[in-house]
Amino acid sequence: MDKIPILRMGAYLLVTIQVDLYDRLALNLEADLVQMVNKTSAKGVLIDISAVSIVDSFMGRIIGNIASMSKILDAETVVVGMQPAVAITLIELGLPLKGVHTALDMEKGMNLLKSMIDSTEDDADEDQTADDLITE
Amino acid sequence: MSQNTQQLLKNKKKNILELWMKNQLADEGLREDLISNDELRSQSEELINSLINNLSSENFNNLESDEWSPVIEILGGIAITRARQGFSPRETGNFVFSLKEAILDVLQQEITDDPLTLFKESTKVNKIMDNLSVVTFETFIKGREEVILRQTDEITEISTPVIRVWDGILALPIIGTLDSARTQIVMENLLQEIVETGSSIAILDISGVPAVDSLVAQHLIKTVSATRLMGAECIISGIRPEIAQTVVHLGIDLSNIITKATLASALAYSFKVMRLEVKKISTVSKS
Repeated sequence: MDKIPILRMGAYLLVTIQVDLYDRLALNLEADLVQMVNKTSAKGVLIDISAVSIVDSFMGRIIGNIASMSKILDAETVVVGMQPAVAITLIELGLPLKGVHTALDMEKGMNLLKSMIDSTEDDADEDQTADDLITE
Repeated sequence: MSQNTQQLLKNKKKNILELWMKNQLADEGLREDLISNDELRSQSEELINSLINNLSSENFNNLESDEWSPVIEILGGIAITRARQGFSPRETGNFVFSLKEAILDVLQQEITDDPLTLFKESTKVNKIMDNLSVVTFETFIKGREEVILRQTDEITEISTPVIRVWDGILALPIIGTLDSARTQIVMENLLQEIVETGSSIAILDISGVPAVDSLVAQHLIKTVSATRLMGAECIISGIRPEIAQTVVHLGIDLSNIITKATLASALAYSFKVMRLEVKKISTVSKS
């Protein structure tokens, strides 16, 4: 049984999809990834699909699902390296993947994740200080 | 067509040609700038020769028959050349109709004693020539359409340049109407270029798009969404006031797309996003 490895790197999870996804594989990935996010309390998930050349509506939905699920578990999802043909297909299928962040490559995706998580942490800090002020 | 008439037309070929040439030259719409008289005469002669040689008693009803194919071929060749040279439909039509006139005139001169035969033969000639006119027109229009198709292809090919305005910023000025086929090309070119240059911002300038209807807007939204999926940001610039009006009247929601009035402001926005700054260097000399 094939499995797509999920790598942990600090507060982030890296998923590199090197094979063309079939339905069962995608469903497994979805389940595994949510488990991992929960277990490691990751702040961000980075999915690299630069090697994926074929998508269908199901795959589009799985990617959207993963993003929404991670969001609920307080992790941002960034999809990087989508092929032009894949992007056009998804759009033609009517799946603009709202709520999924995208980046051109791994590096930009990582920067995006960092900046997003920094800003949320800043917000948290500000909330903290505001709370502190009120208590004082 | 009876043997007699056929023979008669064969004998009078010279007369018909002269009469036809006279008709053509007398026509006000004669285009001496497009075709010389000699050329016109040789064209006409060729056509008459093949027409009269192919006249026989059976085939005048059926233009599909093989015997007509040389005539149709010659006529088609003439029509296509004329379409490319820029003759008007009227001029091309008159070319064939004046031949009919010439043949009818000759028949009238020759068959004086028998009105019934004259009428019968004239009707037949009419029928043949009308059919030939239809063929001419079909070919003429086909020729014109080929010209249009070729031009359309050329326009699509040259009209979607992706310009690299800055490191990481691409611009794509769209000129002319956006239809599905063109959007596809635009989208493919843009996405390919984004991958190749690793650009994170694409500016779609639509100041050259004459009108935006719901279909065009949908195509624009598709392009923007596809760019976003690739991980780049897409800005639409150059929206003219009339277009803004139409878009709102049509109820198209562009609120989740970044729109800027001009390419300059789109570029300024891109600089801001990429944290770049354009500065004016102070001109005070050091001395």
